[in-house]
Amino acid sequence: MPTLLQAATSQVGRKVLTGATGIFLVLFIIFHLGGNLAIFGEADAMNRYSLILHNFGPLLWIARIGLLIVFVIHAWIGISIWLRKRTARPQKYEVYSSKGGPSKQSLSSRSMAFTGVVLLIFVVFHINTFALGDTGTVMIDGQEATDIKSLVLETFQNPFYAFGYAFVMLLLGAHLGHGVWSAFISLGLSSKKASAVLYTIGGIAAVVLAIGFLFIPIYIFFGGGCEAALISCE
Amino acid sequence: MSEMTINLKIWRQKSIDDQGGFQTYQLSEVSEHMSFLEMLDVLNEKLIKEDIDPVEFDYDCREGICGSCNMVVNGSAHGPKRLTAVCQLHMRTYNDGDTIVIEPPRAAAFPVIRDLVVDRSALDRIIEVGGYVSVKTGAAPEANLIPVEQEVSNTAFDYATCIGCGACVAACPNSSAALFTGSKVAHLNSLPQGYPERKRRTIAMVDQMAKEGFGDCSNYGECEAVCPVGISISSIAEMRKSYIKAVL
Repeated sequence: MPTLLQAATSQVGRKVLTGATGIFLVLFIIFHLGGNLAIFGEADAMNRYSLILHNFGPLLWIARIGLLIVFVIHAWIGISIWLRKRTARPQKYEVYSSKGGPSKQSLSSRSMAFTGVVLLIFVVFHINTFALGDTGTVMIDGQEATDIKSLVLETFQNPFYAFGYAFVMLLLGAHLGHGVWSAFISLGLSSKKASAVLYTIGGIAAVVLAIGFLFIPIYIFFGGGCEAALISCE
Repeated sequence: MSEMTINLKIWRQKSIDDQGGFQTYQLSEVSEHMSFLEMLDVLNEKLIKEDIDPVEFDYDCREGICGSCNMVVNGSAHGPKRLTAVCQLHMRTYNDGDTIVIEPPRAAAFPVIRDLVVDRSALDRIIEVGGYVSVKTGAAPEANLIPVEQEVSNTAFDYATCIGCGACVAACPNSSAALFTGSKVAHLNSLPQGYPERKRRTIAMVDQMAKEGFGDCSNYGECEAVCPVGISISSIAEMRKSYIKAVL
């Protein structure tokens, strides 16, 4: 009987961990998207949301550290699986082609390591831009809150940020296109019949999340920030 | 009967230690009715007459049952047709003048012994550690003594059809043996005869798979696409489910 650590680092354990952390990260980005969409709410909705999160204090830090651990585990295993490919097949094929049919080989599945690494680098820049960025403060209900909304509106006036961000969100969509379905299979949630359904669910989730995230910077860039029809400022 | 000329680019390797390389051969008067292996037989007859070593390849039944033949044809394990072992592939699939690249299955766990023949005993060792049920041998037991629900029996049989050819490993971008191992685990664990040993079996077989040097499964599903008997990737999900239950 293996120890829990041995089980977690076995071939099956690694996939179960990748799938479980992946699903956790998907739930996180759904939550994150909800916060982003607050930019289309009332003038102070986004900053109010930010204030509510900050008021959690130490709990917010526990959540942040937990999220970081999950993210690192997911990336670490993903990269190590990718590196192990070369050991498992030292000599490549002269010709290689997918047989199609039930195969899930696609640009999405073949580029998981690439899209994953880009997302990893993106997250570092993303945190630096927004979480650690220079923000002013606003008063909400007598409390001082960070003015994250102005920072977002300002940042996405820059075409480099707006289109760079949107492009990475396309890669996020590509990552989820294979990732969501793969997570279900990795956690053992499949039957012959469910396979096609799960793959479709994964595809829909990927498209919806990618569009949700990339719509915001593109809209702000072309709409001109506070002037945009869907965005109200004070 | 139409006859074709086929250009072949075949991996030749004298021994396990030889570096190997591709050789090209032109074969004329290939009948469209020939099976792929018959075409190779004709090539070998020609090579023998020319005093060249024939191309070694594995085969036994030549009717898609035994799983001995497994070669990678134009980048696809068992060739271009789905649910078809390479021995069941016919030359009518090809056109006059086509070039066909034939390689052995490539994986660290499948060392090339000679030409297209690889050592697939790694799969046998996975079976040895748990791909069986411990029962008293002797006279066949009464068939209806252990009731098995029809649906369970059908699913188990679908997984049991694995012929162990190793095409799943050959086609997997990671060289994973998860479909092979998953089919055995899912087959035996789902039946009452295999149920008591399910935990030990699953852990041991998963462990052996890694020891043999097969890669991790990334759920590409290419294994299911190349499997000559169409084993579903759901067997891999079943194996993972069994593994989680076994270790928790």
